[in-house]
Order: sequence, then structure tokens, then C-alpha cells
Amino acid sequence: MRLTADSLASYSRFRRVMKAASYQRAPAGTQPDYLYPPYVSTCKRSPKQPLILLSHTLSELTGPVFGHSDIGENDNDLTHQHGGEALGERIIVSGRVLDEEGRAIPGALVEVWQTNAAGRYRHRVDQHGAPLDPNFTGCGRVLTDREGRYRFVTIKPGAYPWQNHQNAWRPAHIHFSLFGAGLLSRLVTQMYFPGDPLLPFDPVFNSVPDENARNRLISLFDWETTIPSHALGYRFDIILRGRQATPVEVSP
Amino acid sequence: MTTPPTASQTVGPFFHLGMSYLERKNLVAEGTAGEGVTIRGKVLDGDANPVPDAVLEIWQADSAGRYLGEIFPRNSAAPRFLGFARIETDDNGEFTFTTIKPGRVRSPDGSLQAPHIVVTLFSRGLLKPLLTRVYFADEPSNAEDAVLKLVPPERRPTLMATPSGERGARNVPPNIFDWKIVMQGDRETVFFDY
Repeated sequence: MRLTADSLASYSRFRRVMKAASYQRAPAGTQPDYLYPPYVSTCKRSPKQPLILLSHTLSELTGPVFGHSDIGENDNDLTHQHGGEALGERIIVSGRVLDEEGRAIPGALVEVWQTNAAGRYRHRVDQHGAPLDPNFTGCGRVLTDREGRYRFVTIKPGAYPWQNHQNAWRPAHIHFSLFGAGLLSRLVTQMYFPGDPLLPFDPVFNSVPDENARNRLISLFDWETTIPSHALGYRFDIILRGRQATPVEVSP
Repeated sequence: MTTPPTASQTVGPFFHLGMSYLERKNLVAEGTAGEGVTIRGKVLDGDANPVPDAVLEIWQADSAGRYLGEIFPRNSAAPRFLGFARIETDDNGEFTFTTIKPGRVRSPDGSLQAPHIVVTLFSRGLLKPLLTRVYFADEPSNAEDAVLKLVPPERRPTLMATPSGERGARNVPPNIFDWKIVMQGDRETVFFDY
């Protein structure tokens, strides 16, 4: 395809934005290192050679764009994806997706997956002897709205044992995967629940050195989104890296 | 008042549950312009054991060196090459995907980068993703690539997909390249930090 005058104009705009975009680096301790020996699987899967620091090019400042055609009906309600209602404690998980300056990130794809109420994943590798729920798959997705808001209805996931160390149990958590404006905004994380007694013992949670950053992975119980006689609300705001002078924006 | 980005956590071993719906082993749609290539390989850990629970996310330009979103605004009806896919490793730690060879993309300094695909690797045991790039070993413009110049020469081969010399049945998919991701060790793949 030939470059048109319009596309060339947007390309030069794009290059100006790109020059202006200089993503901040995360403050020390707010992200885990690759190697964290208490989480045993990191020992053979973490790089030992130094990473090579690159300046940001188009290849990293751009990223995939998702739209409403990527989202299906009931993708934001994990309790109603089958014939009957999922078993367990129904909850509302909602929050905002923001940049470091607190600006909303609209149109971000948010993907979640989790165990059922009994602590079992619907996955062939999961051998935990807890029951599966035929009415619960445990995955969902949604796009953030203009204010960066997202909302899921789901059931509270269960704790489950794993093989990391003697009598190891993962605290209840929901996996979150997010796409922001560009590749460097990409984030996969886990949301935890307030007051979980397993948190101090969990090496995945404790891999984040900075206490405040770690605690931001714990959702907040939220009266505002709690629905009377129906479901408790938990709030989880997510910060993505990158200025919102989005490099993929072009004029219509 | 700024807040640091939310901390990364591992995808764990059960990511397929929430991520597989975007898995695509073939990015080439009917009428996509460009030269078809298949890249096949394996992900290995620090003991050279295959990693059966990894997922690659690839991001690349079209054959003219343009990224989706660079030219076409959101919701544009214009035909477009998505340039994104998830590819999961199988029980042997192997992966394969078919795409078109990307064009050359401009660098901030105005020079042209050599054709490359950005690869983000997630797996159990990775508390945050590993970022790397795959280039094409038979591409002459590699010599001018600003990113490759930053990589010590002896480590550059880890970023190169090498022509296997094989061609697929009826030449579809053509141009099969081999590449390996070594997560740790003496022959560790070059990973980038941004």
C-alpha cells in the first residue's frame, strides 16, 4: 500500500510525539527482580547476563490495539458464563487504570483469570484435589471506559497448595493482564484480598521489595461498589507505565 | 504526585485459561502484503530443559515497516495487518508461528532499523516478562541496525533466526527460520531493558 499524504502527516505527528515520549523508569524496589530464590522457579528462569538498556523506538512505543469486537457478552461476568450460576461468594471487582500521573487510560484491555471458590483452576495442569464447578470457567476480559474504569462480577477465588516449599499455599488472588498505549505499558500482575493470613508467607507477593508497592497489590474492601443483599465490592486501581501522550493517536 | 506503576507478578502455570483466546500461530490473512516466514524454536531454562509453560507475545510492523495504529486510527475499516499474536510453547517447550517479514522501521535518530520482531516472554518463574527481539540472520541491513550495535558481537547470534533451508509443503509456509530462547546460562539470549 502507498503512503498517502494523510498518513505521512500522521507519521510526522507520530514522530514528534515519539520524540517527546520518555517513559520514566520505575523507582527502585517497586518492581520485583528476576531472581527471587524464595520463589524457587525463578532460580533457573532468571537471566544471569546483564540486560541491555535501549532507548525507546517505535517498536516499543506502539502496541496492539483492541476493540469491542475482542470482547464477548458476559466476558465481564464470570458468574454467568454457563447455564447456571457459579458457586461461591459473589464479589464485584472494579477500579481504574491510570498512568503514573493519575490520568485515565481509556480503551485498555483488561484480562483476568482465577481459581473457582474451592481453589481449583479449570486447567489440565491443575491437580489440586478440590472440586471443579461446571458453571465456572474463571476467565474474563473487559475494555476500560473513558474514565479508565473497569468492572467484573466474579466469585471470590480460593487459596490452594503448591509445590514451592513445605506446606506452601498461594493466598487467594486474581491474575490481571493489561495492555495500555504501547508495549512498554504492558503489565501482568495479581490482585490479592485484604486480611489474607497467607500473604506474609507468599514468595510471589513478597518478591516486590518495596512495602508500599507490595501493599498496592492488595485490593480494598469497598462499600461504594458493594451491592446490598447481593455482593461485596473490592476496589483495585492499576497504574501502567507511560505518559498518556499516546504515540498511537492520530487525527481523524 | 506520581504513583509508580503497579508491581509485576508472574503469569503462573495456568495463564492459558485467560490468555489462550488470543493465540494465533498464523498472522497472515488473505491478501496480506509481504514475504511469508515461519519461525520455529524452543524455550530453554538454565539447565537447558524445555519450558513447556511459556507464552510469547510478538509485535511487529507490516511489510512496509509500519505498526498498526501508526497509520490507521482506532476503529478504522481499512485493511490492516495486526502485527500481534500470542504463541504458547507446547509440552516440549517448542513454538512455531507464521507471519510476514516486517519492513524496516525508523529509529528516533532517523536511521532505519533492520527487520525485527519484538518478543515479550512470560512464564511461571518470571516475576516480570523478558523482552527480546528476533532478527533475520540473512538480512544485510543487520549491519546498520542501531540496536544490534549495542549488543556485544559474540552475543548477537542469540537474536538471529537462521534460515533452515527447508521450505514447507507446496512452499506454504515458505522460508522456515530456526530460533531459540535461552532464559539463562552461557548461551543466554540477549534480553533488553527499557
